[in-house]
Amino acid sequence: MASRIDVSIEHKHSPPDAGAAKKHPNTCPKCNSHYREDELAANLRVCAQCGYHYPVGALERIEQLLDPGSFIEEAADLRSADPLNFFDLRSYKERIAEAELKTGLGDAMLMGQGKIEEKDCQLTVMDFSFMAGSMGSVVGEKFVRACERAIERDVPLISVNASGGARMQEGILSLMQVPKTVCAVEDMRDAHIPFISVLTHPTTAGLLASFATLGDVTIAEPGTLMCFTGPRVVQQTVREDLPEDFGLAESNYRFGHLDAIIQRRELRSTLAKLLRLFEHGR
Amino acid sequence: MAGELELRLRDRLAKLKGLRLPGAGISDEVRRIEQQLAEADTGDERNEDEIWRSVEFARHPDRPYTLDYVERLVGDWIELHGDRARMDDPAIVSGLGSFAGRTVAIIGHQKGRGDAVQRVKRNFGMSNPEGYRKAMRVMEIADRHGFPVITLVDTPGAYPGVAAEQHGQGGALAASQAAMARLTVPTVACVIGEGGSGGAIAFALANRVLMQQFAIYSVISPEGCASILWRDAGQAKKAAAAFRPDAVHCLELGVIDSIIPEPEGGAHTDFDEAAKLLGKSVRTALDELGKMSGKELRQDRRNRFRPFGVIAS
Repeated sequence: MASRIDVSIEHKHSPPDAGAAKKHPNTCPKCNSHYREDELAANLRVCAQCGYHYPVGALERIEQLLDPGSFIEEAADLRSADPLNFFDLRSYKERIAEAELKTGLGDAMLMGQGKIEEKDCQLTVMDFSFMAGSMGSVVGEKFVRACERAIERDVPLISVNASGGARMQEGILSLMQVPKTVCAVEDMRDAHIPFISVLTHPTTAGLLASFATLGDVTIAEPGTLMCFTGPRVVQQTVREDLPEDFGLAESNYRFGHLDAIIQRRELRSTLAKLLRLFEHGR
Repeated sequence: MAGELELRLRDRLAKLKGLRLPGAGISDEVRRIEQQLAEADTGDERNEDEIWRSVEFARHPDRPYTLDYVERLVGDWIELHGDRARMDDPAIVSGLGSFAGRTVAIIGHQKGRGDAVQRVKRNFGMSNPEGYRKAMRVMEIADRHGFPVITLVDTPGAYPGVAAEQHGQGGALAASQAAMARLTVPTVACVIGEGGSGGAIAFALANRVLMQQFAIYSVISPEGCASILWRDAGQAKKAAAAFRPDAVHCLELGVIDSIIPEPEGGAHTDFDEAAKLLGKSVRTALDELGKMSGKELRQDRRNRFRPFGVIAS
């Protein structure tokens, strides 16, 4: 039997990486338009030509979404331990150290409070470039603390997700982050705290089986791969061509698993609207 | 093989020493590798084999499945079919019955036994979202009428199919856990074979989580882990030894509350004895939980899962 949680994120629409000729990261994988770094950042990392949504790191995402200077990071000091002393082709410790250097982040999620159009919220933002945004103990703990803080402060929680799934190097403890975060969402539900889940490319496997699909409102950016099992593993199982839009936000929207697909340039105003609407509840 | 390992370790050691990262626990890592090098000759083969035995027993084609236990432990059994929306998923069995003097709801994965036709009919115990929705429907009935819920977990994982994805596999797994978190009746989950990642956890958010002696419970199958991290599914045995899906390890981590003993040669050698031992453990767990109110049970469940994880200090 093949794997059931697939952490790979390749997709037939994704930019070809290893093997094919490497493109510059600022070259659009869909239409080959190329942008200067400042142009791309100014356009929220969306291709002006074809609308392709480039990946956005956690820090830049916070800049895009929150009122300037309003973000206060919390639980910033949490770091992964290595409970299994895990060693595959490389050691887990080495992989973490490398990811820290590469991203400047402590783990795959930033958590804190901030404002969107002057409305208070608690916020979690994931960064796919940190070990494929995988959820281990730190990501699970930060998310749960975000829920607890949202309840304490009586403000909505917005989570911007990007993750390949559970972090295998932490073994069963990474799987335990799934029910742990689900329980935290349930606590918010009991406390009538609004929860808005934003899915960005890619949000798959363990994330979909936990908090990412449990939002009061669940929205995604265009082109987000959001499947429990990755296309490669599904193809190996069914041994037939997959539908063109397999696992993408567009397909999930059609099948009724998303409230809306929101263009990145509309994301901040959409979240502000939701914060305003939920403010007048219980 | 020791030679190859030694080469790899020396290679890593050289790279780590060259990295000179600030902080980041590298010096610990260097020390660990040096220690591993010293121990490379004595390699812990036996342990790897023991863990692999659990993997083989957990997947044994003659291992008792959910309905085998139901037949031996439950009176007045009536199976409840269908999710009331689309279909009845044969990979999941759910129903009501009488156990130890009370009415309980039982929900479990079901593999087919014998020929290929039977196995395919049950989809090898891999459920579609409809199966989890059927289970949620039965949980809700149990909650409303005050029946404890017993789940029997035995799946390689949720089914990786096109329709499963289109019908919301990930969301169904999350919703099933959320439903379990909300219940006001006692819940006991038993891992009786393969506790395969998301498909398993969907039924395992319980007040008590028990696991049979030779069952496995893991975030990914050994083959899946090996093919991703070692890029070679043939390294499954090594992968299993690295993440240790066996019951003893799960107990050490507190992921499960107790181990249900099996007959000496494994549950497949004596169904009646295996069922007797399982029934005894479940009854003990239910007796303990019987003293709690609905609100306490709900809180107990959330408290149980809150501490999981290891954070660097």
